[in-house]
Amino acid sequence: MTGNSSKVWMLHLALLAVLFSAQYWLSPYNVTNLSRIMVLAVFAMGYNLAFGYTGLLSLGHALLLGAGMYAAGLPAQLWGWSAGPAFIAGIAGGGLVAAALGLLALRTAGVSFMIVTLMFAQAGYLTLLYFAPVTGGDDGFAVVATSRTLMGFDLSTDTPRFLAALMIFAVGLLASLALVRSPFGRTMVAMRENEERSRMLGYNPFTVKLAALTISGLYAGAAGAAYAILFGYVGASFATIQYSILPMLYVLLGGAGTTLGPFLGALLMFALIEAATGITTAHQFIVGAALVVLVLFAPKGILGTIRERWVRWLP
Amino acid sequence: MALDVQGLTAGYGPVTVLRGVDFRAEPGRITCLMGRNGVGKSTFLKALMGLLPATAGTISLNGQPLHGLPAHQVPRCGLAFVPQGRRLFGPLTVAENLAVGGLVRRNDPARLDEVLTLFPRLRDRLGQVAGTLSGGEQQMLAIARALCLEPKVLLLDEPTEGLQPSIIALIQDAIVTLKGQGVAVVLVEQRVDSVLKLADRVAFMVAGRIAETRDAAGLVAGDPAFRTYVGV
Repeated sequence: MTGNSSKVWMLHLALLAVLFSAQYWLSPYNVTNLSRIMVLAVFAMGYNLAFGYTGLLSLGHALLLGAGMYAAGLPAQLWGWSAGPAFIAGIAGGGLVAAALGLLALRTAGVSFMIVTLMFAQAGYLTLLYFAPVTGGDDGFAVVATSRTLMGFDLSTDTPRFLAALMIFAVGLLASLALVRSPFGRTMVAMRENEERSRMLGYNPFTVKLAALTISGLYAGAAGAAYAILFGYVGASFATIQYSILPMLYVLLGGAGTTLGPFLGALLMFALIEAATGITTAHQFIVGAALVVLVLFAPKGILGTIRERWVRWLP
Repeated sequence: MALDVQGLTAGYGPVTVLRGVDFRAEPGRITCLMGRNGVGKSTFLKALMGLLPATAGTISLNGQPLHGLPAHQVPRCGLAFVPQGRRLFGPLTVAENLAVGGLVRRNDPARLDEVLTLFPRLRDRLGQVAGTLSGGEQQMLAIARALCLEPKVLLLDEPTEGLQPSIIALIQDAIVTLKGQGVAVVLVEQRVDSVLKLADRVAFMVAGRIAETRDAAGLVAGDPAFRTYVGV
């Protein structure tokens, strides 16, 4: 392992250690918030693999989050599946829908890709509303308590929920780090930088992008399933366009194409919304202004700018 | 392996640029392609790589047809292309650029060593981000990345453009070494001195066609062919 490689892994493990310790020094309210942030960060990590590393600017990731959420929540609700199988079903749901979306949407590129993914996400949302007797529509449904236990731990209580969220986050983070440092990760970056150049080196852009989008879907599915199981709620509101925009904002704020950016972005955005809500009901105005400032002064996001100016080894 | 092109016609959408190109590149020989700006030299190289669809004609490598193949399969057949302007993956390091170049050949370490032997300066820069290299180093890396594919035919589009003489000499030496290794080199070049130094054959292109092909041994500086076809 080279010096930089050691530093990279140590940095990620240190973050996980700090997060683990947070349960001892944060208030219960903030521990719950941190659990939520980590789950949303997993969603953003998946978005980052598609957008930040592969250059796929999707407006349809709410579909993948919703797919994971319903793929976990419906079997739990209808057939009483326990948390483990429901979570795995959620991951598979996100991945399968992402693969199907990619097979169709990746025939387009750029603005067309954004519009096609947005269109599919809206179609997914409307489908959830149409089948409201099963899906619960906008009101959604609460996941039954028996499906929120794992190996005897009640995931609806603070500490087990926090530890479960941390575990999912840790696996997601370390897997994304390993992925972006792998040969396939470099291929993803090559694709983002220039498709034609990659083709000249023997890569099929469609295959690489489909694989990246599917992996991104696995992350979104995991986040959706985790949200359903840990917070006990499944609803069509998670498939609205807002949830396609949020991961993009997290990634842009934290730094697209950095492994820690999605978490930092989710954390700061959550904190910003919390703080702004305390000041005014027009909190989205403050959030919007903050994003404008960010785009003007640090267009590569916080960690993207830090990497560019000071810490080049940041992955 | 010889590259044979017969009657190649291609262009950009409705605009036809290549109008029936006949061309041959042989192993262990450097074939230079010369012509004025806009005659279709770079378009020809792109068409060989499958980046532009051929509307007529054939391309074959040692008898194996390449025309009609998807662009990403052409490099796997033995063609590698170094386009004009280097075109690296700027945010990746030198080592990562080379790894991306060699991935379809499963990153053979012996091959990587051969490539770095050709361009020893890159060995000291493996951890450096490609976008921060000098122009000459970027050109070396662009050629090295293409060589990771172990090509039978190497297409170079003005590889020495805008470089200082010492770097030009290094790149020319590398091209001669590749020729010695049996690679068929197709070199688009505007500098007469480079052509006279490197070429075995020179093909002059006019308006999307090969107007004349000459043995380089029969050419000298100031030859009327250069004035007629290149304007120098």
